[in-house]
Amino acid sequence: MKVLTHKQELCTGCLECQLACSRAYFKTDDPNYSAIRIVENNRTYRARKCTQCGECINMCTANAIYRDRNGVVRIDKKKCVGCLGCVGFCTELVMFYADDLEVPFKCIACNICAKACPEGALEVLVSQIKEN
Amino acid sequence: MGTILKEYRYTPAKIKRGYSGKSLYLNLTDLRFEQKEITDFMKEKLTGGKGFDLWYLWHAITPETRWDSPENEIVMSVGPLGGITQYSGTGKTVICSISPLTDIPIDSNVGGYFGPLLKFSGWDAFEIQGKSEKEILIFIDGNNGLIQVEDASEYPEDTHLLAEELTKKYAEDEDDMVNVSVACTGSGAKHSYMAMVNFSFYDPRRKVCRFKQAARGGLGTIMHDKKIKALVVRYRGITPNLNDVADISTINKVGVKYHKEMHDLDHKQNKMRQIGTANTVMIMSQYDLLPTRNFQTGGDPETYKISPQVFINEWLTQGLHDGCWYGCTMSCAKCADHFLITTGPYAGQRVTVDGPEYECAAGLGANLGVFDPQAILEENFYCDTYGIDLISFGTCTAFIMECYQRGQITQEQMGGLDLCFGNSKAVLELLHQISRGEGFGRIAGLGIRKLKKIFTEEFGADPKLLQDIGMETKGLEYSEYAHKESLAQQGGFAMATKGPQHDEAWLIFMDMVNKQLPTFEDKANALYYFPMFRTWFGLVGLCKLPWNDIVPADNHKTDAPAKVPEHVQNYVDIFNAVTGKSIDKEELIIQSERVYQFQRVFSVRMGKGERKDDYAPYRSLGPVSREEYLSRQELYDRQLRELQNLDPEKMDLDEKIAVTRRYREDQYEQLMDAVYRRRGWTSNGIPTPERLKEIGMDIPELLEVIEPKL
Repeated sequence: MKVLTHKQELCTGCLECQLACSRAYFKTDDPNYSAIRIVENNRTYRARKCTQCGECINMCTANAIYRDRNGVVRIDKKKCVGCLGCVGFCTELVMFYADDLEVPFKCIACNICAKACPEGALEVLVSQIKEN
Repeated sequence: MGTILKEYRYTPAKIKRGYSGKSLYLNLTDLRFEQKEITDFMKEKLTGGKGFDLWYLWHAITPETRWDSPENEIVMSVGPLGGITQYSGTGKTVICSISPLTDIPIDSNVGGYFGPLLKFSGWDAFEIQGKSEKEILIFIDGNNGLIQVEDASEYPEDTHLLAEELTKKYAEDEDDMVNVSVACTGSGAKHSYMAMVNFSFYDPRRKVCRFKQAARGGLGTIMHDKKIKALVVRYRGITPNLNDVADISTINKVGVKYHKEMHDLDHKQNKMRQIGTANTVMIMSQYDLLPTRNFQTGGDPETYKISPQVFINEWLTQGLHDGCWYGCTMSCAKCADHFLITTGPYAGQRVTVDGPEYECAAGLGANLGVFDPQAILEENFYCDTYGIDLISFGTCTAFIMECYQRGQITQEQMGGLDLCFGNSKAVLELLHQISRGEGFGRIAGLGIRKLKKIFTEEFGADPKLLQDIGMETKGLEYSEYAHKESLAQQGGFAMATKGPQHDEAWLIFMDMVNKQLPTFEDKANALYYFPMFRTWFGLVGLCKLPWNDIVPADNHKTDAPAKVPEHVQNYVDIFNAVTGKSIDKEELIIQSERVYQFQRVFSVRMGKGERKDDYAPYRSLGPVSREEYLSRQELYDRQLRELQNLDPEKMDLDEKIAVTRRYREDQYEQLMDAVYRRRGWTSNGIPTPERLKEIGMDIPELLEVIEPKL
C-alpha cells in the first residue's frame, strides 16, 4: 500500500508541499485546494494527509470510493455525487472539499509534494501490509 | 416482453432552483399524456410535494369521488429540495389519492430513488387519472425524453420479483441498475384495502433491489384498481447539482457539518446507522409505550427477545451503506441478507428483507404478541413483497386477535385460523390468504372500520366493545405507539388530518415523560407547532428522521430542545440555498400551514374533517378492560385521588373504570377545544375564513367549501 509519510523533525513549515499540491491539481496557490495541510503547534509541524485507511470506502453513498491496485484510496469522479459524506466521516479530517468544486479531493500519494519538500520531510512509502 | 401500447416523447425540462416547472399528466382510460406548467401560484402557496399533489387531486375529483372512481388520481411529487445529495434524507416523495380506508385524501411519504429520478427526468409531479383496460406498466426514460406504456400482464406480481426483473430489463448494464427505480405494489393489492406502493433502489453492494414504502392508506389498492402493475423511471447521470441550486456553498457547509455530527454522535445517541428506527423497541417497552396485544398494554417481559441487540447480532448485515437516497449518512434502511423463508410461495428461498423498522417490530411483533425475531422478519418480507402496509395489517390483525380473545368471533368464522396472540404461523397464513384472496383473507385486509361492521352484522359481535378496541380513526389504523397516558399524543393521533399516523406529532416524551406540556394551552401549542413543522418535510422532499433522530451535542442547552433549533435553521438555510428565496423559521411554518389547512378543508369537502371525525377509540384514551386497569392500577387509583378527589378504596373495579373513562373523555373534549382554537378552527373543527386569510389561503374555492359549515 502506498502512503505519504511525514517526518516532523525535518519539517520547517515552509508550506512548499501545500503549494506543490494545489498548483499541480487545481492551478492555484490557495492552500484550501491542497490535499496536504501543514498545521503548526508550538513550532512543530504536523501534516494532515490521508493515511489510506479506507474507512470512507464502505460509507460512500454512491459506491464511488475504491482502493486502486497500488492500495491508494481514490475517488471515481464520474460516480461521485458530491454528497460530502466522506468529508464529515473522515476520522483524520483529511477528505477535503472547496466551495467551487462539486466533488471532494484527497491525497493519492502521488509524490509531487515529497519532491517539492526542500528538507526531505515527506516520502511516499510502499507498505507491505495487505490491505483489505 | 409486453406489447408497447403507447409512446410519448417530450423534451425534459431543465431544473431551475429545485423545480423543473412541469408536471406530467396521464389519463389511463385513453392513454393520453399532457404536460402542465407548475405555476408561480403553486410554488408560492403550496411549495411542492404534498402541496402539489393535493392541488391536482382537488381539481380532479368531486365530493362524490371514491377511491375506485375513475376520476380519482394517484399523484406524486418530490418537492424542490428532493434530490439534493449534500444533506441526509433528501429523496422523499409524497403520494396522495382518495383512500379506500378513509374516503378522504391520504398522503404517504416514501424514500427510494423514484421521486428524485422522476424530477431529474423533467417532472416535478406525476398525476395519473382514469383506469386502464389492460394491466400496464409505464416506463419513463428521463435521458431520452421517452415514455412508453407497455402491456404488463406477463410480469410477476410480487414486488421483489417484479422490481428485479424490471430493473434488469431497463438498465443498460450492471452499472446502470442504480439509475432505474420501480414503483409497484404486490399480490396483496387485489384483496385488501391496505395495499401500499413500494419504491425501489438498487443496492450495488448487495446486488439486490431494496425497497421503501408509501405504505399508508391503500395507495397500492388504488394502483391495482387502475391496473398499473408498475411505474419505472430511468435517469442516468446523477451529479452534485442537478437541482441548479442558488447557493451550493451554503448547502455544502451545512451538509458537512451535519455529516460530521452523524459521525461523532450517532453511536452515542440513537445508533441509527447500526439498527435504524428499531433502536427504540426496548425504550418503548421500558416506558410502557410499546403497543402489546392490540394496545392493551405498553410492553411485555418478553420484549428482550426482539431487542435491537438481537437484530444487530443475529440478523442484520452491518457495515454497508444503507441510505435510501444518495448522501444520507443516517443510513437507517437496514436489512437482513440471505434470510431463509419458511412458509408460503417462497418457502425454501433465501431473500433480502428490508427491515425491520420500529413499526414492524412493534406492529408485527409485540402488538400481535409475537416475540420471535425470525417470524417478524418473515412477516416483514411478505408484507413488503405482497405490497401490504404492515402498520395497517399489524394493527388490524391485533384487533382481530383481541376480538377472538374476547369471544367476539370464532375460529370457524376465521376459516379455521387460530389467530390467538403470539401465533405467528397463523399470522403468516393470513398474509398468504390475503395474497391469494382465499378464506378469511378475503375480508381481513379490508381494515378495522369495515371489519367492525362485518363482525357486528354477520358474526353478532358487540358493536360497543368493537368500537372501543378497534384502533382506527377516520378509517385508518393507528401506528404503533401506546399512548393512553399522553393526552397530547391522543390528540396527535386522532386529530391528524389523514388519520392516526405519527408523522404529524410525536409528543409522548414531551408530554408524559418530561412533563413539558402541563396545560391544555401547552398541549395545543405543541399540536399546532409540530404538525405544521412536520408537514414541511413532505412539501420539500425531505425525510423527518435526520431532524431529531440525531441532535447536536449542545441541543439540550437551547431554549427549545424538542424543536432541535439548529437543525431547523439548517432546513431554513438549505431551502433558501436551493430556491434562492429568503424564508425564516416562522415563514417555514406558514408554508406548512397553508397546505395543512388546505388538506383539512379538502377533508371537509369529502364529508369528513369535522369534530365528529376527530374522536379516538377509547382504547387510545384509557383502560377499556379490567385487565388493562389492573395492569396500571396504582397509576389509575392515584389519578382518581389526585385528579378527581375520589377514594378508590370505596369503589369497585367497574366503577373505577367508568369514572376514569368519564374523566378522560372529558379531558379529550377540552383538548379538542384548545387545539381547534389554536389552529384557527371553529368548535366544530372547520378552518375559519379569518385564519385562511391570515396565511394567504382565502382562495374562493376553499371558502366555498367551508362557508356552509360555519
